[in-house]
Amino acid sequence: MAMNNKVMGHGGSNFRGAGAKSPMKTLKRLLGYTFSRYKVATAFVVLFVLLSAGATSIGASFFAPIVKELIVTPEHPQVDMWVIYRNIIIIACVYVAGGLSSFAYNRIMMYIAHGTIKKMRDEMFVKMQRLPLRYFDTHTHGELMSLYTNDIDVMRQLLSQTIPQLISSALTIIFVFSFMVYYSAFLTLVIFCVLFIMLLTVKQIGGQSAKYFLKQQDALGALNGYVEEMIEGQKVVKVFCHEEKARERFKELNDNLNETGRKANSFAFILGPVNNNLGYLQYVLVAVVGFVLMATNNVGVLLSGYLAGNTGIAACAGMLVSFLAFSRQFNMPIQQVTQQFNAIVMALAGAERIFEMVDTLPEDGGGEITLTHGECAEGVWAWKKPVGGGFEFVPLKGDIRFENVVFGYDDDKVILKNISLYAKPGQKIAFVGSTGAGKTTITNLINRFYDVQSGTITYDGLDIKSIRKDDLRRSLGVVLQDTHLFTGTVMDNIRYGRLNATDEECIKAAKLANADSFIVHLPEKYDTMIKGDGANLSQGQRQLLAIARAMVSECPVLILDEATSSIDTRTEKLIEQGLDKLMEGRTVFVIAHRLSTVRNSHAIMVLEHGEIIERGSHADLLEQKGKYYQLYTGAFELD
Amino acid sequence: MLKTLLKSVREYKLPSILCPIVMVGEAAMEIVIPYLMTFVIGELELLAESPEYSVNITRIAVCSSLMVVCALFALFCGVWGGKLSAKASCGFARNLRADMYDNIQTYSFANIDNYSTASLITRVTTDVNNVQNAYQMCIRMLVRAPILFISSVVMTCLIEPQMALVFVGGAVMLGLIVFVCLIKVAPHFKMMFKKYDGLNSVVQENLTAVRVVKSYVREEKEIGKMQTATEEVYKYSVKAEKILTFMMPCVSLVMYAVIIVIWTLGSNMAAGNVFGNVNAADLQTLNIYAMQILSGVMMVAMCLNMISLSKGSMDRICEVLEERTTLPKAGEPVTQIKDGGVTFENVDFAYSQKSDVRVLTGVNLSICAGETVGIIGATGSGKTSLVSLIPRLYDVSKGSVKVGGVDVRDYDMDVLRGGVAMVLQKNVLFSGSVAENLRWGDENATEEELRLAARQACAEEFIDALPGGFGYDLGQGGVNVSGGQKQRLCIARALLKKPKIIIFDDSTSAVDTKTDALIRESLRKHAPETTKIIIAQRIASVQDADKIIVLSEGEVSAVGTHDELLKTSAIYREVYESQTGGENAAGGENDGDE
Repeated sequence: MAMNNKVMGHGGSNFRGAGAKSPMKTLKRLLGYTFSRYKVATAFVVLFVLLSAGATSIGASFFAPIVKELIVTPEHPQVDMWVIYRNIIIIACVYVAGGLSSFAYNRIMMYIAHGTIKKMRDEMFVKMQRLPLRYFDTHTHGELMSLYTNDIDVMRQLLSQTIPQLISSALTIIFVFSFMVYYSAFLTLVIFCVLFIMLLTVKQIGGQSAKYFLKQQDALGALNGYVEEMIEGQKVVKVFCHEEKARERFKELNDNLNETGRKANSFAFILGPVNNNLGYLQYVLVAVVGFVLMATNNVGVLLSGYLAGNTGIAACAGMLVSFLAFSRQFNMPIQQVTQQFNAIVMALAGAERIFEMVDTLPEDGGGEITLTHGECAEGVWAWKKPVGGGFEFVPLKGDIRFENVVFGYDDDKVILKNISLYAKPGQKIAFVGSTGAGKTTITNLINRFYDVQSGTITYDGLDIKSIRKDDLRRSLGVVLQDTHLFTGTVMDNIRYGRLNATDEECIKAAKLANADSFIVHLPEKYDTMIKGDGANLSQGQRQLLAIARAMVSECPVLILDEATSSIDTRTEKLIEQGLDKLMEGRTVFVIAHRLSTVRNSHAIMVLEHGEIIERGSHADLLEQKGKYYQLYTGAFELD
Repeated sequence: MLKTLLKSVREYKLPSILCPIVMVGEAAMEIVIPYLMTFVIGELELLAESPEYSVNITRIAVCSSLMVVCALFALFCGVWGGKLSAKASCGFARNLRADMYDNIQTYSFANIDNYSTASLITRVTTDVNNVQNAYQMCIRMLVRAPILFISSVVMTCLIEPQMALVFVGGAVMLGLIVFVCLIKVAPHFKMMFKKYDGLNSVVQENLTAVRVVKSYVREEKEIGKMQTATEEVYKYSVKAEKILTFMMPCVSLVMYAVIIVIWTLGSNMAAGNVFGNVNAADLQTLNIYAMQILSGVMMVAMCLNMISLSKGSMDRICEVLEERTTLPKAGEPVTQIKDGGVTFENVDFAYSQKSDVRVLTGVNLSICAGETVGIIGATGSGKTSLVSLIPRLYDVSKGSVKVGGVDVRDYDMDVLRGGVAMVLQKNVLFSGSVAENLRWGDENATEEELRLAARQACAEEFIDALPGGFGYDLGQGGVNVSGGQKQRLCIARALLKKPKIIIFDDSTSAVDTKTDALIRESLRKHAPETTKIIIAQRIASVQDADKIIVLSEGEVSAVGTHDELLKTSAIYREVYESQTGGENAAGGENDGDE
């Protein structure tokens, strides 16, 4: 365990503060992932967005005829109310259609977005369950956790808000643009000049903002990490009156977060007013240019659009009125697009991290041999091995052998050197040695958390690599150094060992593990909820539950890795009796610091620097007067 | 509640107040600019009406320049306001985090036990974030939007009061729709956040317990749990957003209805069918005001929504801020510890005032300064609880604990804890170098003092073997050293405090018997004045103590020396035999101790 943690320190290639490395590729993949599942719905979304954007832009064009009709001139002395009503009715219809379309696409998009997010979470989780242990050793929990929270969250925003908005804005821009060109190509050109300046500004400010937002994520991560460490160690902080010191570093990190956050938000908030007011300036510019052209009689230039040839100054002025209205409409969607800039940058960075995890190669499933119950004979567990066209059954006994096993977590650092050992069914084998000698590593190899570099491990004579991983692990009961419990009742946690165990079986296991005595004192006994990894239980009580969990699993092989380190020796003695009863005819591997724990083993292996330096029974080893003897008599330091 | 939170604004009061004012400046321009536009448009329309009309160039020039000036002013206000709001909201968030963290530092162990680590972290980060967003939205919009609304209405009145009535009617309807929707949506959001917590805890558990899941091949079961969790989140998200996606079209519909009424009415006024002072150019200006009025209402609604959404976060933050330490300060604190003597007088103790589950009952003990005391007892017998009372990590429920003859409740907390060193069962080292970690015991310790403490804890040798020696980086939680090494570093850290009393709570369990004995030996030699209290599983660790206390189910079952207890205490004898295999109860060559 300590070994694995060490790896963690160097790992973590995932630099959170970075933007997406290949944004276009990620975007394409994300869109593909989202919309390929909802082809028909997507088609409808596009259709309704089209309708809605069209309605907004077209609707506005029906106001001009009303204005025109209302203005009384010598040639047009009478206002025809019918013309006005007709236009108003058209506007109403267009608006209602637009409103309904926008309702429709928002609704559909909501289902697509949330459906995709759910699907993605599920798939990430399924994927995560299949990842090899090495992956978890090289990534911090915080990193993986934020994939499910922060990264997914910004993505939801992208899908449910940004993308429909982008489509709608783009369409509005196209519509309005065509109208503007239709009226006056020259003035459109003027608008484009302003637009160009606007885009440059947005790029500048937006770029800065995005940069600081990513930095802010980083600062937030650092603060998170520190708070986590300090709150975990809060009791030590108290005992050492270290509160003042703990505040100093926090202040530093907190100030840093404040600084980056302030900058990121400043730039983001500036974007709006800048765009908005550049829009007003543009309005003035267009109006002035229009007037100047009219005043200088350059009507031809002004009406260079579809209306060219209609040289009346009146028509010109009317056109200018409409054009100015359109230019206001043109600014709105552009402003909306620019405000989504940060959302896009952050979402793509998150999506890339998620895809990176999803793309990690999963753990392989192991071999072809499966574990069967009652297939070869009534009530008998056996390995089912495919031979030629048929099957061959090997009864499950729990015979484990290591032959010349070599292993290291990194290729260049060997942990286990040429280990050979055997454990016959019913034997209790103990490992003794310093931390880092390779005790835990040996058990990690039996259940194939890691694979040997050379040599073989056999289980009932079968190479463990030829056994399906799930079945191999199902045949091994493990109590780990660090006990972990799950949210649920005490009973649920014991039943975790075998899902179809009855209440009676669970209680029996708890009694054997000596956990029953404290469970019955809990407020709701076996129905007491365990929360936060069993925070309401003492270290020793948690270990007792973990042992009960392993006992209920009824596996032919049991691995106890420092399983009783926090339990007093008297209780341990009682558990041992239970274990012995349960494990009759089964194989047990024990790792322990306390030599009293391992004394009654059939064989004790003393490990040092990845090698077995002594082996034999307690009595044999004492007779040898070697390392074990020194350990036992306290002449040698065990660490 | 709001009052508690707003206390944290402090130095950001000025930007917080200035921001809305500046925003009002921007809002005013938003009103003036459309008004100026009317004049320009008006000229154009007159021209369109009759080509002979001579355009009032001055008017256009003045209006245009005014518009440019206004736009620039609005730009200035907008940018400044944006910066102010960023400064104020981020600063507020910073102060909130700092205040929470500061208060957490004052928590007693009992306070800490109330919160899970994960929940404290969420409160300091995510919850503060939510509040920050709400605050930012408020100072930007909550003043600006109503001003925009009111002045638009005023401007409309200037054109035609009847139109203003239409606007107000529309705004009221809009307000009602938004209000009802937000009230309906709130419980769904609340549920959604709750379900999110559930989802997070599934992921969290699977990350920490990945080895258990894999060992028991429970991947499918866990995937099932996750699918239930995501399904729940999906269900409530959709429920909430359904209402929101319904609200938005309703809002648009109201806006459109207002516009259509304005145009119908306005056209009739302009045509002279209905009495009213509206012309064609006014109609377009009214259109702009309509948008502003309705968007003003929307903004206010959104702000209220943000506030109601962040209400949960505010509550959770307030809880942390308002939690008061369960250990009241002494009125006139004693600032010196006379000696390391410890007395327990009729001590009862329970972790929670509410629960009647006594962890300790009727404990009477007297430990003289400089003594070495061992404590032995079964899992859950109250050993840790007993010693936790000495540095006043918890307060007794009944009776009193005295250190140096003075009740621990009468000491200044820092003095008491400075004098009582405790090596906890759950050893925690922090990221940083070995030296940095040791200096927790004494900030100003010299190299020699560090070395001396390390030597006393039998840690010097392995520290020197580490790459970089005392400068070696331990990594988060001290992951880069083994369990036994970690324990010895923790002991050295405690020794550096030069305490009057030192407590070892099962803190040599991963250290071998020989080193264990060496540590005890060096303590005896170098700190004869210091009272040493040792909780141990191994009899060997306490065998040579002056006094051994046997605890059983929260009560002192026996006190005495090793030899006495072997004769008088059945429990002690049993423990002893369990460790020696019962072969040579009197202690032979292979009895597990030196």
